[in-house]
Amino acid sequence: MLAYIIRRVGQSVLVLLVVGLVAFAMFRFVGDPVDAMLGQERTQADIARLTAELGLDKPFPVQYWRFLEQAVQGNFGLSYRQGRPVSEILVERLPATLELAFVSGLMALAGGIALGIFTAIWRRGISANVIMTVSLIGVSLPTFLIGILLIYLFSVELGWLPSFGRGEVTRIGWWTTGFLTESGVKALILPAITLGLYQMTLIMRLVRTEMLEVLRMDYIRFARARGIREKSINFRHALKNTLVPVITITGLQLGSIIAFAIITETVFQWPGVGLLFINAIQFVDIPVMAAYLMLISVMFVGINLIVDMLYFAIDPRLRIDRTGGGH
Amino acid sequence: MKTTILLTAALMAGTTLAASAETLRWARAGDSLTLDPHAQNEGPTHTLAHQVYEPLIIRDMTGAFEGALATDWAPKADDPNVWVFNLRQGVTYHDGADFTAEDVVFSINRAKQENSGMKELLSSVVEVRAVDDHTVEFVTDGPNPILPSNLTNLFMMDSGWAEANGTVDVQDVDGGETTYATTNANGTGAFKLVSREPDVKTVLTRNDAYWGMDQFPMEVSEIVYTPIQNAATRVAALLSGEVDFIQDVPVQDLDRVDGSDGLVVKTAPQNRVIFFGMNQGPDDIPNDNVEGANPLSDVRVREAMNLAINRDAIKKVVMRGQSQPAGMIAPPFVNGWSEEMDLAETDLDRAKALMDEAGYGDGFSIQLDCPNDRYVNDEGICQAAVGMFGQIGITVNLDAKPKAQHFPLISSGGTDFYMLGWGVPTYDSEYIFNFLVHTRGEARGSWNGTGYSNPDLDAKIVSLASETDLDKRNATIAEIWEVVQDEVLYLPIHHQVLNWGMKEHVGIEVSPEDDPKMKYFTMK
Repeated sequence: MLAYIIRRVGQSVLVLLVVGLVAFAMFRFVGDPVDAMLGQERTQADIARLTAELGLDKPFPVQYWRFLEQAVQGNFGLSYRQGRPVSEILVERLPATLELAFVSGLMALAGGIALGIFTAIWRRGISANVIMTVSLIGVSLPTFLIGILLIYLFSVELGWLPSFGRGEVTRIGWWTTGFLTESGVKALILPAITLGLYQMTLIMRLVRTEMLEVLRMDYIRFARARGIREKSINFRHALKNTLVPVITITGLQLGSIIAFAIITETVFQWPGVGLLFINAIQFVDIPVMAAYLMLISVMFVGINLIVDMLYFAIDPRLRIDRTGGGH
Repeated sequence: MKTTILLTAALMAGTTLAASAETLRWARAGDSLTLDPHAQNEGPTHTLAHQVYEPLIIRDMTGAFEGALATDWAPKADDPNVWVFNLRQGVTYHDGADFTAEDVVFSINRAKQENSGMKELLSSVVEVRAVDDHTVEFVTDGPNPILPSNLTNLFMMDSGWAEANGTVDVQDVDGGETTYATTNANGTGAFKLVSREPDVKTVLTRNDAYWGMDQFPMEVSEIVYTPIQNAATRVAALLSGEVDFIQDVPVQDLDRVDGSDGLVVKTAPQNRVIFFGMNQGPDDIPNDNVEGANPLSDVRVREAMNLAINRDAIKKVVMRGQSQPAGMIAPPFVNGWSEEMDLAETDLDRAKALMDEAGYGDGFSIQLDCPNDRYVNDEGICQAAVGMFGQIGITVNLDAKPKAQHFPLISSGGTDFYMLGWGVPTYDSEYIFNFLVHTRGEARGSWNGTGYSNPDLDAKIVSLASETDLDKRNATIAEIWEVVQDEVLYLPIHHQVLNWGMKEHVGIEVSPEDDPKMKYFTMK
């Protein structure tokens, strides 16, 4: 067991290092931060001086090594754009993204399961078919379009919900939350729907398919034959067996909700890490881009590591000594 | 009787208070980068700083000079190398400290530091000295007739505050600790900083001890500034009433905003001209299909290209009427601009004849580099130009990319044909010549990607800096422009137009610098 964990952790670290290396190799295609930093009146000498000072004249492996050296000591450098420590900026921005991801994840899960069950049980009904058709929109419309449509409907035309920002936030230690104020909760609704719509449709379709499968199983038929109530069959027997794959998928999707919040955050001017990353790309703010990519990859690698370990705990076949061969 | 007067007075006081408690919720695409007034020379950064800090001289909303912390200024009678500034008396910083000559000396020296973004504007300043508490002398390395126009974004910091907070130095961009001034501000301006979350929200409140309380409307009592990057969201926020004032209304939304009840769009030409540059210096260039020759080095080709651009069509189709066709690369506010030179014509027949004459009757092909996130509809302009050049046989391959990749190409000489926009903060042609016309070198010509080099012209450009006879100086400026126009050094396209959207009760006119100063705003 221990050897297995050590091996997986080692692999994870390797993945992280490779992600960082690839990221640094790509940074120079994003552009040159020096022009943006110096403004219109810079001379050729200024450009040369700043390029050397930032080490941008060095090959990317050297720049990467410099970043790693600092990062290991917990120093992610100063943002080129804001002139403040990157770690401070990230900590400031993370609560907004996590709250948004949490709410839209929850919404996707609750909505997806409910609608999935509904469309599975009454699969020939009109409303189920309508839901299935409408859900195609959730899968096929791009996020930014959904966001803009929602803004025009609920902010401009109806005037119910704010079109941008996070509303009033309350500070609890280093964390800021929008859950405690009315404007904060209102501001959450549209971005959460925008971000969660795709996941909700995904979960709904997954639940529906699984449920239909389960409902065809023998034990459900026998239960029906025994005269057990429909409600009990659907929710106690069928649903429970449906949820296992749903939970696995949801766990894995959580990472992508956080990572793909970028577009939603840009549309709604949501002050999270995704918006920070977009700004960083436009300015070629290398320290912020590097830290963000590392953060996201740590998250993905971490989730995968946990899932792997859970499998190990659950699935006895993995515990067989691998040197034996045979698979 | 007495009670009536008192009552009336009380009532009046009550109404004035109620009328003046006006919050202005303001949004634009980008946020200020830092509160440190000397760290960055960048538009949105200066605009925010102008509310909190003040320079010696500002430009009012029409672009004209106005004394801020200086009341008057003039070159010293017996020494042309010295400018004397008389400072405003009785001005205090937000923390209560007095504004004195010592603060001016400190601030200018701070802005001259290596890490300052403002140092280029002060390169001619050798020394700043305080004569007494309210008189300052700027010593320049030669007579500098246009020094005041370099000072309109140079903010005055309190030396005592800077020392007490360890922020005497401008922040070093490469590592090290962030300095106190990056996130805190103590100016003399009309508004005080209440709170700031970068990229999220900045709140300012009126400084009731401001020296200009009686001279300016000062009707805004609180400013809430939120950057909203996405254009559609920004417009939606204005339409839904969540903000009162937005800069940069996208051209496609102008009618929608203007047509909405209670909203207006105000439009004025911006201090920015858009043009193409051509690498005409080398004998051969890599990004064309002509071997062993450089078509762009032939003035007839450049002239033909200039005649091929249909600026009115660009204005109508790409800019939806929101541009002013240009024939020279100086905005109309600038000293040296003339209406005659700013006229441009389109004449395809003559253009084709010129191409024939130059030996390129069959045309050639070349790559055009264009930004896609810097100027209003920049990529659209380039696409339109591709078709126009095609009509005279020049096949243009368009390469549009983000500004972060585009501008380094111009700095490094990696492009032979490019789009550039230029604003002139000093309102004087010398600024254009220094950056765009002078041979590229250590100190000047850093934005001249044309490879053009004319030693005679360079000498004239350098002479402008110290020519104190303004008539003579203007004559030299005219001579330089004549060469620039005759040589078709650049292909001007248009002057950009600014569109500000606001609620009807917000009263302000658009400033050519795109820098609203809230003390001028009226809130009816």
